Amino acid sequence: MTEFLHMGGYATFVWTAYGLTAAALIVLALSSIRGAQKTRERVEALRPRRRKGE
Amino acid sequence: MHRFANPAEFNRLADAILPWAKIIMAAAFAYGLYLALFTSPPDYQQGESVRIMYVHVPAAWMSMFTYMVVAAASFTALVWRHPVALLAGKAAAPIGATFTALALITGMLWGKPMWGTYWVWDGRLTSVLVLFFLYLGYMALWRGLDEEDKAGRAASILALVGVVNIPIIKFSVDWWNTLHQPSSVMRMDGPTMPAEMLWPLLTVALAFKAYFIVVFLYRMKLEINLRKLTVLSSIEARG
Repeated sequence: MTEFLHMGGYATFVWTAYGLTAAALIVLALSSIRGAQKTRERVEALRPRRRKGE
Repeated sequence: MHRFANPAEFNRLADAILPWAKIIMAAAFAYGLYLALFTSPPDYQQGESVRIMYVHVPAAWMSMFTYMVVAAASFTALVWRHPVALLAGKAAAPIGATFTALALITGMLWGKPMWGTYWVWDGRLTSVLVLFFLYLGYMALWRGLDEEDKAGRAASILALVGVVNIPIIKFSVDWWNTLHQPSSVMRMDGPTMPAEMLWPLLTVALAFKAYFIVVFLYRMKLEINLRKLTVLSSIEARG
């Protein structure tokens, strides 16, 4: 396990590369999903309520 | 409600695709990272640092792929005045900018131990940096002009002009002698990379592609909602 984390002496470079990639992709995905939900709620709130069957 | 007809259609399509894209993304990430970090061998010259390749190369591929999506959307928007196409470019650009930034940063983190430097101003690195600025310029134009259609058109023109950079990135490693190694996968004579490295690379690349589809669809929903908000609030303002 220690050997795995050590990455043959390249630990700083390898894990920083993987860590930054994961962090950036997760942040972008979550902000996109949240943005889609938030804007949808705002559309629903603004849209005049339609009666059933209309 | 005629003007919403197309976006409504789009939302239905997106909801049908999303679950599948998410499953493929999760499976490909799990298997790809397992291969990349555990089963793939260290390189005989680069040792364990070669594992950076499994995120660096897919990010670089996606940076160019996403740019072509933005360019194709821009072309469609300019020629056929298709409003959904215009929003497709706007939705894809931040994803492309993120991939480009990751390609640059992971490349620097790979370059330092292997080349002894984070950065050289060679053809490949410089043209990818230009790609990053093209994304930023595209997004800035969208934000910079008040009138949305005008902003979208200006951004689309920039995106189309910037397409010239894509072949420069692709062939930069052949045209100019550089620290950056030439392509070992996307070659006319087939990949020269050994299979135990090629498979993890292609699996992570598939995960990145699925990730793009998922995030792109959510961003399309976001942009369509924003457009609806503009229309609805202008209706309300008129009474």
